[in-house]
Amino acid sequence: MITDNNGQMQDTEAAITSDFSLLDTWEEKYEYIIELGKKLPVLEEKYKVEENMIKGCQSAVWLIADYRDGRVFFKADSDAVIVKGLVSMLIRVLSGHTPDQIIHAKLDFIEQIGMMTHLAQTRSNGLLAMIRQMKNYALVYKTIGN
Amino acid sequence: MTTYSTISPVFDVYAIRQAFPILGRMVKDKPLVYLDNAATSQKPLSVINALSDYYTGYNANIHRGIHSLAEEATAAYEASRYAVKQFIGAAATEEIIFTRGTTEGINLVAYTWGRQNIHAGDEIIISGMEHHSNIVPWQILCNEKHAVLKVIPVTENGELSLKAYQELLTDKTKLVAIVQVSNALGTVNPVKEMIAAAHQAGALVLVDGAQSAVHLDIDVQDLDCDFFAFSGHKVYGPTGVGVLYGKRAILEDMPVFQGGGEMIKEVTFEHTTYNELPYKYEAGTPNIADTIALKAALDFMNTTGKAEIRKHEVGLLAYATEQLENIPGLTIIGKAREKASLVSFVIKGTHPQDIGILLDNQGIAVRTGHHCCQPLMKRFDIPGTVRASFALYNTMEEVDKLITGLHKTIKMLS
Repeated sequence: MITDNNGQMQDTEAAITSDFSLLDTWEEKYEYIIELGKKLPVLEEKYKVEENMIKGCQSAVWLIADYRDGRVFFKADSDAVIVKGLVSMLIRVLSGHTPDQIIHAKLDFIEQIGMMTHLAQTRSNGLLAMIRQMKNYALVYKTIGN
Repeated sequence: MTTYSTISPVFDVYAIRQAFPILGRMVKDKPLVYLDNAATSQKPLSVINALSDYYTGYNANIHRGIHSLAEEATAAYEASRYAVKQFIGAAATEEIIFTRGTTEGINLVAYTWGRQNIHAGDEIIISGMEHHSNIVPWQILCNEKHAVLKVIPVTENGELSLKAYQELLTDKTKLVAIVQVSNALGTVNPVKEMIAAAHQAGALVLVDGAQSAVHLDIDVQDLDCDFFAFSGHKVYGPTGVGVLYGKRAILEDMPVFQGGGEMIKEVTFEHTTYNELPYKYEAGTPNIADTIALKAALDFMNTTGKAEIRKHEVGLLAYATEQLENIPGLTIIGKAREKASLVSFVIKGTHPQDIGILLDNQGIAVRTGHHCCQPLMKRFDIPGTVRASFALYNTMEEVDKLITGLHKTIKMLS
């Protein structure tokens, strides 16, 4: 029996929100995201294939998931660095949690750090598509796991 | 006789900007710098007022009504058709069909003329710089009719290879569908020459004028094109209205597109006779308000003067090109000898999307991505570009803001 640890996910979100609260200007916020993007480990070339690509993104985004001991682990990459920074935060929050936690994650931190614009459909930069895909993975593993 | 009305007013970009309410707004606490005009242009107050005047003053369904409002609305709608005829130099108003936009105009030709005239083994020529709207309808038609779609290659500097075009033209060529101004590169194609060559080979020509109508002086009779399609919203008019021009003789022979009201003469359950041109192709209640307001947009352009507009835009293009080329690592995609006022570029080590996001935070609206020209992006082996497209209301100061914004953006990304 895997125990859900919602507290841990919320702690991670709180940590991100707290990091951002120190950043006053849009420049500082984006420089921070760009930094996160650059630090995200590069995905091995063999995973950068069509089937791992997230549709609906203006940039190429690859996402893979692994299911171990009842928890889902994500890895991702993009050819655009801001998207990569956003993905990096999502991975930090969602990776290593149970399918149920991921499916029900509210991800309030995105609004709290002022990045809601990236959730809009019109931006076509795919944060929404990414979250959907991560939750899809969780749903699939939940079904298989059961 | 000289009249004062023939003297065009001095082109004053700052005065012109006053006519566009939206240009006064702030984006992210900065004054808006709108450089996405190739996607859609902003609207002058006269266009916005025309829409509101119609709904507040004389909204009615057109053509069949006997009452005063219907008469006024019909008169305004048909006045718009006349304005379009004048704007593109058509021979008669019967040749002007109102559509939803360029895309619908092209599809109308593909579904009517195309289905009647394209047969197995026939060839349709398009170019490598077409918008998806001028690719997909022909692809569908060719697949259905077992016809062949041929593509004029694009040279490294973003022009069409006319030599290759000549070689593609054969006695099997039934149609050439080409863009006059590329939305992704800015290239102005020598369509008049290309039309003459196509006619020599016995093919008809459709010109995609989505980008050209706002920048160039259009004379469909001088071009001798068989079809010309453009959109209202890219010529300072409303969205949802466009124009398909077709030579009268060709339109007369074409089968109908959509069936319904307005396009009929007489209907029985056994048989329907169709209405005259252009109503034959305008089934159902049309987009009356936007069509009427389109006239206000064309009037605005005529008053400003197309030659004056072109002069201003050429100045913006030259200045922007020069300034952009000074940015280290920046490559302009599309260096045709003749271009409309838009610049597409990539910057080494950056993704267009990152540039677009960071420019937006500085109040600067540009387009990033493949610009609905995926085959063209593939041709240049790039995922997309950043595109700055200029309109008559853009200023040199705005070009400076773009350059400053780009320097800041590059610094943030490095």
